[in-house]
Amino acid sequence: MRKYIISSIFFFSIIAVIVSCQSQQQIDLQNYMSNGKDIYKAKCQNCHGENGEGLGELAPPLTDSVFLKSNKMRLACIIKNGANETFLIHGKAYKEKMPAFPELADIDVAQVMVYVTNSFGNHQGFVPYSEVSKQLQHCK
Amino acid sequence: MNKIISYAAAGLLFISIFSACQQGRRLPFYGERHAEAVKDAAGVEKIDTVYQTIPDWAFLNQDSVVTTNKVTDGKIYIADFFFTSCTTICPTMHRNLMTVYNEFKTNPDVMFVSHTIDFKYDKPSALKKYAQKLGVDGLKWQFLYGSKDSVYTLAEKSYLVAVGEDSTAKDGYIHQGYLVLIDKDRRIRGAYDGTKEEQVEQLKKDIPVLLAEYKK
Repeated sequence: MRKYIISSIFFFSIIAVIVSCQSQQQIDLQNYMSNGKDIYKAKCQNCHGENGEGLGELAPPLTDSVFLKSNKMRLACIIKNGANETFLIHGKAYKEKMPAFPELADIDVAQVMVYVTNSFGNHQGFVPYSEVSKQLQHCK
Repeated sequence: MNKIISYAAAGLLFISIFSACQQGRRLPFYGERHAEAVKDAAGVEKIDTVYQTIPDWAFLNQDSVVTTNKVTDGKIYIADFFFTSCTTICPTMHRNLMTVYNEFKTNPDVMFVSHTIDFKYDKPSALKKYAQKLGVDGLKWQFLYGSKDSVYTLAEKSYLVAVGEDSTAKDGYIHQGYLVLIDKDRRIRGAYDGTKEEQVEQLKKDIPVLLAEYKK
């Protein structure tokens, strides 16, 4: 009986350790989210709004998950280099130019991108800095 | 019995003090002022304070129509300085001002006037496009274009808002984000930082206070 109790306590403590330990990726995600939020506030919020709602037809909302998903590989380049093309977002055309942010380092771009794609009702998950860095080298 | 009477007296005193406070709220006057001798209706000479006023102006609006200070006659209005290609404080200013505009849209005594400081690019057609994309229809909110000299002088001397060209700034211009409240006699009665939500909320509270001054 005693043996049974000891082994079950041991078993439960192992489970508790596994549950309470987050994976490295989850820690990274939280890290990116909190840094990304600061960058968003400083660089993006004045046009795109506190809740990603956009500003009239001047700046598009960041709540179109379908757009964000289908342009996943381009988001980093758009954030860093700006854009001068028509985007169809929630079925509406947005034609205004988006300014470039050359002062953002690759890690900043990665963090703010992860923040945007996991806020405002978007749930795209984590993208590591190394991948974003690769995308930024192949911007058109 | 005496006690009851004194309590009641104290209570009445408090009530009268509080109600007196509420009636008294008036907006301050900004800018230069000087004393002047004027004659009142009875012909008696007395000293009165004269406050700084906004001088006459004439600019092109978003419809390319010559617009003068006459459009603001009999109205209080909110003035600001911006430019359409500004990516820093202007979007926030106009996002906040838009909420004021929507709240007072139906009030014929309130107007909005935005001056562009980008005399090179912001021709009336650019202003029209900007207004439409912001979501402003009609002329309750005027977007005005003028020469560098006329707009910059008006900003700094009359509205007390600093503006300027600056080649080191991200978009080429620098300016303060004040929303300036002007009364029906063209005097400055308030200045609110358009990038700060709580100050814009204060503006929304001050507009009815200013309008109440003119209700007889």
